[in-house]
Amino acid sequence: MTKHISPSDIQGAPVFFVTEDEGDHGHHETGTMLGFWVYLMSDCLIFASLFAVHAVLGRSYAGGPAPVDLFDLNQVLVSTAALLISSITYGFAVIAMQQGNKAGTLRWLAVTGVFGLAFLGLTIFEFYHLIHIGATPQVSAFLSSFFTLVGTHALHVAFGVIWLGVLLVQISQRGIGEANARRVMCLSMFWHFLDLVWVVVFSFVYLIGVL
Amino acid sequence: MNFDSDLQQLVFGRLTLEAIPLHEPIIIWTFAAVAVLGGAVLAAITRYRLWGYLWNEWFTSVDHKKIGIMYIILALVMFLRGLADAIMLRLHQAMASGGGEGYLNAHHYDQIFTAHGVIMIFFVAMPLVTGLMNYVMPLQIGARDVAFPFLNNFSFWMTTSGAVLVMASLFVGEFAQTGWLAYPPLSGIEASPWVGVDYYLWSLQIAGVGTTLSGINLIVTIVKMRCPGMKYMRMPVFTWTTLCTNILIVATFPILTAVLALLTLDRYVGTHFFTNDMGGSPMMYVNLIWIWGHPEVYILVLPAFGVYSEVVATYCGKRLFGYTSMVYATAAIMILSYLVWLHHFFTMGSGASVNTFFGITTMIISIPTGAKIFNWLFTMYKGRIRFEVPMMWTVGFMLTFVVGGMTGVLLAVPPADFVLHNSLFLVAHFHNTIIGGVVFGMFAGIVYWFPKAFGFRADPFWGKVSFWCWLVGFWVAFMPVYILGLMGVTRRISQFEDTSLHILFVAAAVGVSLIFIGTLAFVAQFAVGFLRRKAYADTTGDPWNGRTLEWAVSSPPPAYNFAFTLVVHGIDAWWDMKSRGYTRPLAGFRPVHMPKNTGMGVVLAGLSLVLGFALIWHIWWLAAVSLATLIAAAIAHTFNYSRDYYIPASEVAATEETRTRLLAGKVAS
Repeated sequence: MTKHISPSDIQGAPVFFVTEDEGDHGHHETGTMLGFWVYLMSDCLIFASLFAVHAVLGRSYAGGPAPVDLFDLNQVLVSTAALLISSITYGFAVIAMQQGNKAGTLRWLAVTGVFGLAFLGLTIFEFYHLIHIGATPQVSAFLSSFFTLVGTHALHVAFGVIWLGVLLVQISQRGIGEANARRVMCLSMFWHFLDLVWVVVFSFVYLIGVL
Repeated sequence: MNFDSDLQQLVFGRLTLEAIPLHEPIIIWTFAAVAVLGGAVLAAITRYRLWGYLWNEWFTSVDHKKIGIMYIILALVMFLRGLADAIMLRLHQAMASGGGEGYLNAHHYDQIFTAHGVIMIFFVAMPLVTGLMNYVMPLQIGARDVAFPFLNNFSFWMTTSGAVLVMASLFVGEFAQTGWLAYPPLSGIEASPWVGVDYYLWSLQIAGVGTTLSGINLIVTIVKMRCPGMKYMRMPVFTWTTLCTNILIVATFPILTAVLALLTLDRYVGTHFFTNDMGGSPMMYVNLIWIWGHPEVYILVLPAFGVYSEVVATYCGKRLFGYTSMVYATAAIMILSYLVWLHHFFTMGSGASVNTFFGITTMIISIPTGAKIFNWLFTMYKGRIRFEVPMMWTVGFMLTFVVGGMTGVLLAVPPADFVLHNSLFLVAHFHNTIIGGVVFGMFAGIVYWFPKAFGFRADPFWGKVSFWCWLVGFWVAFMPVYILGLMGVTRRISQFEDTSLHILFVAAAVGVSLIFIGTLAFVAQFAVGFLRRKAYADTTGDPWNGRTLEWAVSSPPPAYNFAFTLVVHGIDAWWDMKSRGYTRPLAGFRPVHMPKNTGMGVVLAGLSLVLGFALIWHIWWLAAVSLATLIAAAIAHTFNYSRDYYIPASEVAATEETRTRLLAGKVAS
């Protein structure tokens, strides 16, 4: 392990301390990853609550429109594709980063950001369309729940895009250091997590809703 | 005129001069007292030029020990507010039950019982628990700080911002009149159109961010930063309860966040989650909030159980009886606490099968809890018990809490609950468990670790006065409330037709005045301890002949906690070191890697406070500006890459040299 200075060690007595604090640098990085993962799980519970609410209220139309009247599955398919592809391109960014390729990392992160923005644009367009035809969150419990669940996911994506933009600046300024690499990995977890949540939103809200 | 009112609304939202409750003389006098006292404190700080010291050494500190102390100070200050509310309620009921009207109008009375509950749970019990965990746990596992020191500072200030918002509601506007969980439709926009519920929502959301982040922080600290040899099954029981409590925090506070956010949308946007019309479901709110709310009571009581475990082992001079069963009981309680929430509303009409399930799971919780009680008793059995103040709190807890546990099992029987639901019997039950369990435990912990934090002991005489006043005061205050509940008095009542129960309300009021004296004595023990700090000085770092690692370092501990990384060989690591001839290293010190202080926590939490205030009063421009600044400041913070520094070896050597001299002085005397 590490070198000991306790004089009692020489005589074979128990060792009660070590001088070299090996863990100090090592644990910090893994600590951040674990901490971020635990945060994601707490975020997951927020989504779990919203999904539970949607399970209860998803068919409370209160005489208003139902999913089959509102959802354009083709458009949702395009959104889904944009987000899924952005997860793949984020994977390429991580590979480039692990190869120490700064330009490649920046390029793939930027591509990911473009797909993220496309997804957000489609969500805004969908919300605008729904509100325009009078299907607002105030109409029924179903619409309240729909707007909140999909809106919360979209807010997360927007936050992820802002973070991505900040990271682009930071990597281009300082390169891929230890700190930036850690941030890229945290955002990676965040991004894939949002993708996963979206898969559930797509199946649970849109597909089952329209069925 | 019209233009003026439009402009005023644009600038101040719905905040007008009428928002200051000039028609409530009690509040105005309180405000005057707070202004005078607060002004005096601020003037004194300015006079003695303490702002720089406070800012540099405390407010911006990322040291887990200082943050822990600040949490506890926040809790004690808020406790005085919560206790004042309690005294006002008891006084009012004692007056109104005798045939009078009492001295509080309904609007004020309803705010007081709501504020009392909210403050005592969120801004007293939670910061007490978080503060103790913050202070003690890293020392117990041989760590130099928590995993995310900046986040720790930020969490503290978010909790403080929430507390400030609640306090502001007393003087500007109103607080919620809904009870501490703000059930809709009462908390909906139609029944509560003004700012009370909004104060409730935003203060809890802001404080909740702090609590969740602190939960994540402490989990990672325990998982990743234990010193070599500190396996899970060697961790002190307080550290175990800290781990379980923080897992519960991370697993439940997001649900609170979500459900409060949905109520906020109902109020601000006009959605229909919890409304009675358009498909909403008020009962869904009750379900969701109790899925957080029941684990919350275990979040509070588990660390108290941890304190009792440390205290009993220390003052009995014995290893804790049944360490393994204690750990498993804690974990079992952690899991079971998630499966009982429906017992808070058996009367909702979920049907016999559902009620039976939750009734049984509730009763099952008493098994691991009972196992713990027996473990503490068997630790005392044949121990050399020293009745220091923390030990007295612990014995007082065992006698008091068991009664609260038994009335809890009684309430867990659904048919009995149909009778006792919403009565003062329930109020007596949860005060029995929270005062007898959480408050006694936190007070025991504060007195127990006080010499560690400040280098001198609290005065034992005033500590004992405090204990006896609290113990007797609790029984005198709440046994009548149990009886009143059995007689059918419902909770949250301000007017009474039947005067025959007057004497019981008077008894309860006498009890709460004893508790008030006990609280003054509790503060006095620290003040007197400070005055006699020479006589009560702890030069050894181990005033109680302790068993765990926090007693291995000086009192107060150095900023870096441990000059060298300790190696642990068993349970009760410090006891093991003492009994096997551990000698303190006197040379070979190395620079210590530590996080830098930062003012960003204060800035971000301050901006959140402004944002919350703006949203409560519908001052939209201010909300937009503070939100944008908040995001910008958070982003700016990520551009700061130099967050740590090294304490030079010479400074470490000097600090350790001071301790060597202190220890030697002890030997010489």
